[in-house]
Amino acid sequence: MSRVEAITVRDSLSVSLTVGAYGIAFGAASVANGFSVLQSCLLSLLTFSGASQFAAVGVIGAGGSAFSAIATASLLGVRNGIYGVVMAPRLKVTGFKRVIAAHITIDESTGVALSAEKRNHSSMRHGFWLTGFGVFFFWNLFTLAGALGAQAMGDTRAWGLDSAVPAAFLGLVWPRLESKRERILAVVSIIFALVMTPFLPVGLPIIGSAFIAIVVGLRR
Amino acid sequence: MSSLWIATIGTSIIVFILKYSGHSIPQRWLEHPRIQRINALIPIALLSALVAVQTFTERGKLVIDHRFAGVSVAVLALFFKAPFPVVVLLAALTSAAIYNWF
Repeated sequence: MSRVEAITVRDSLSVSLTVGAYGIAFGAASVANGFSVLQSCLLSLLTFSGASQFAAVGVIGAGGSAFSAIATASLLGVRNGIYGVVMAPRLKVTGFKRVIAAHITIDESTGVALSAEKRNHSSMRHGFWLTGFGVFFFWNLFTLAGALGAQAMGDTRAWGLDSAVPAAFLGLVWPRLESKRERILAVVSIIFALVMTPFLPVGLPIIGSAFIAIVVGLRR
Repeated sequence: MSSLWIATIGTSIIVFILKYSGHSIPQRWLEHPRIQRINALIPIALLSALVAVQTFTERGKLVIDHRFAGVSVAVLALFFKAPFPVVVLLAALTSAAIYNWF
């Protein structure tokens, strides 16, 4: 493995800690909605996709069936599948390594890879793996803490985490908004997602923005 | 098996299948320059939409609250080329201050 740039480590760690800390909120929410500590930890270890996990425990907590919990979580998980398509040609991994890469293909690892790709190819790869493993470590650690009763810390708003997370994603996309085409795409995606939010199930407004990228990409 | 266990295991299996199938698309399908261009644009669209949804929505409804302030400060910091951790920290501090004191 070539030398890892300090800036890649810094970005990966910032994202891992910020998002990982959100695990406290997940652990607390999961237990509050009736899941056991073991089930909460298994969701973080095995599902490892914040949006899908919050959706699953939220649906069950609201009295929904296991089926609708799985369906809602899957809808949100589609995004990770799309990231998989984006990351596969960049990572070029096979066998067991692909299984691991797939498991850590989430908003954060893709975002840091995207942002680091501007520097060079190996930074992109380092960013993906470091962030994937970093988020995995902290997300699971904090899920356990939250599930074990750190409810006092479970209010993410009091810590500013509910702004830190979108700010982090914004900071990751920012360096990629170089040309007019990319800036327009970002703005249209934001407007699209907000306009569609009242009408579409949670998760679809984000996935739908991929079609805008396709339309923009098809034009020369 | 209780519905909690079904939800736990079922969610885990399906989310993994979704992730893995994305990685398993034949690479020759993605070689066309136009597809490569789209491939580079998709995360920009998804992450921008994600930022919007995380900032301005709550349970499927549009809202403007302390998060708007936090993310606005992040935008300002980015304009002034602040380092990434500073951007995140400023957003958190602004947001928490407004949430706790107003």
